[in-house]
Amino acid sequence: MNNPVLILDVFLLVLVAATALAVINVRSMLSATILAGVYSLLMALVWTNMHALDVAFTEAAVGAGISTILLLGALVLTKRFAKREPTLHLPALLVCVATGLVLIYGTSDMPKFGDPNAPIHTYRVPRLLDQTVGKHESAAPRDKGHPHEGHPDDDFNGHASNTVTSLLAAYRGFDTMFETTVIFVAGVSLLLLLRRRREGDPGVPMSSSTKRGEP
Amino acid sequence: MAANNQPESGGEQMSQQTLLRVIAKMTIPFILTFGCYVILHGELGPGGGFQGGVIVAAAFILYGLVFGADELRRRIPTSIIDACMALGALLYAGVGLACVLRGGTFLDYGMLKPDHAGDGEALGMSLVEYGVGLTVASVMVTIYLMISERRATLRKGEVS
Repeated sequence: MNNPVLILDVFLLVLVAATALAVINVRSMLSATILAGVYSLLMALVWTNMHALDVAFTEAAVGAGISTILLLGALVLTKRFAKREPTLHLPALLVCVATGLVLIYGTSDMPKFGDPNAPIHTYRVPRLLDQTVGKHESAAPRDKGHPHEGHPDDDFNGHASNTVTSLLAAYRGFDTMFETTVIFVAGVSLLLLLRRRREGDPGVPMSSSTKRGEP
Repeated sequence: MAANNQPESGGEQMSQQTLLRVIAKMTIPFILTFGCYVILHGELGPGGGFQGGVIVAAAFILYGLVFGADELRRRIPTSIIDACMALGALLYAGVGLACVLRGGTFLDYGMLKPDHAGDGEALGMSLVEYGVGLTVASVMVTIYLMISERRATLRKGEVS
């Protein structure tokens, strides 16, 4: 227990759990929104501690940044306080606890935390780091051509040095393309559903007050 | 915290506060620069199109929060945001098609520079990330603009 990384992890995870409980318990919507942002920021710190920088970046930008702002924007349109709910829902609690226990039981099968001989470090990652995994035989061979002139040998020979981006954009290129399409479709449907339109435009219903002839 | 439930015009009230306006005007250029850096630097360091796009969108949304959504709508017309949404997705698919036209398979970035496959891959991934960033940023701004609107339909004679 004298591993500083582990101590930091435990500390952060306790804070995460406490924040999650606070989000559930607090009745003010504003406090809940800000606490949800704090939760995401703490999770970003946890990811950073695990050296998953890209995930941490996404968590901080999306979870703590944009979703907090969007929730705040939605908060303006709704009430400031949540309704009082019955405090304890026993079946729901049982289901949650059972799911949690099953998940914890599942982790007992996983290799020890930080074990260098774990399959995740030996099975596929070396090839992923070479950025050769999943390349089709007909694809352009990467070692064709020569390194940049004047660049050191460790300049990754010109290809993307961020393995995560390389995986997302090349190995899972189709996946990422359709993720982008999903975001695009979400934006378009939002426009179709919510864009302000003028009465009298095709397909826009007249509001009741105009129908009654009020100014 | 007093329970004031009536939706007051937050945009107008906030824009009166000098401190907020000054701080926002000072920080927005830095946020935009950082967001662009994250997009442009995505294939070299942590980050990428998605994260950078969200950061760029956060700068615009901060502007909208402080100066009012109508002011934001006046600065960047919605037609431009709509176009950027589609352009990003098109850029991604266009890079894939360019690879096909150059004799490779779809999204085989190496074919963009056949004599320097590694360079081609970096180039293709960068372009793809720019596309993702463009789409994500404009969709996020659109979501904010939609949320900040009060009523879906404008009556006759009203100005948006």
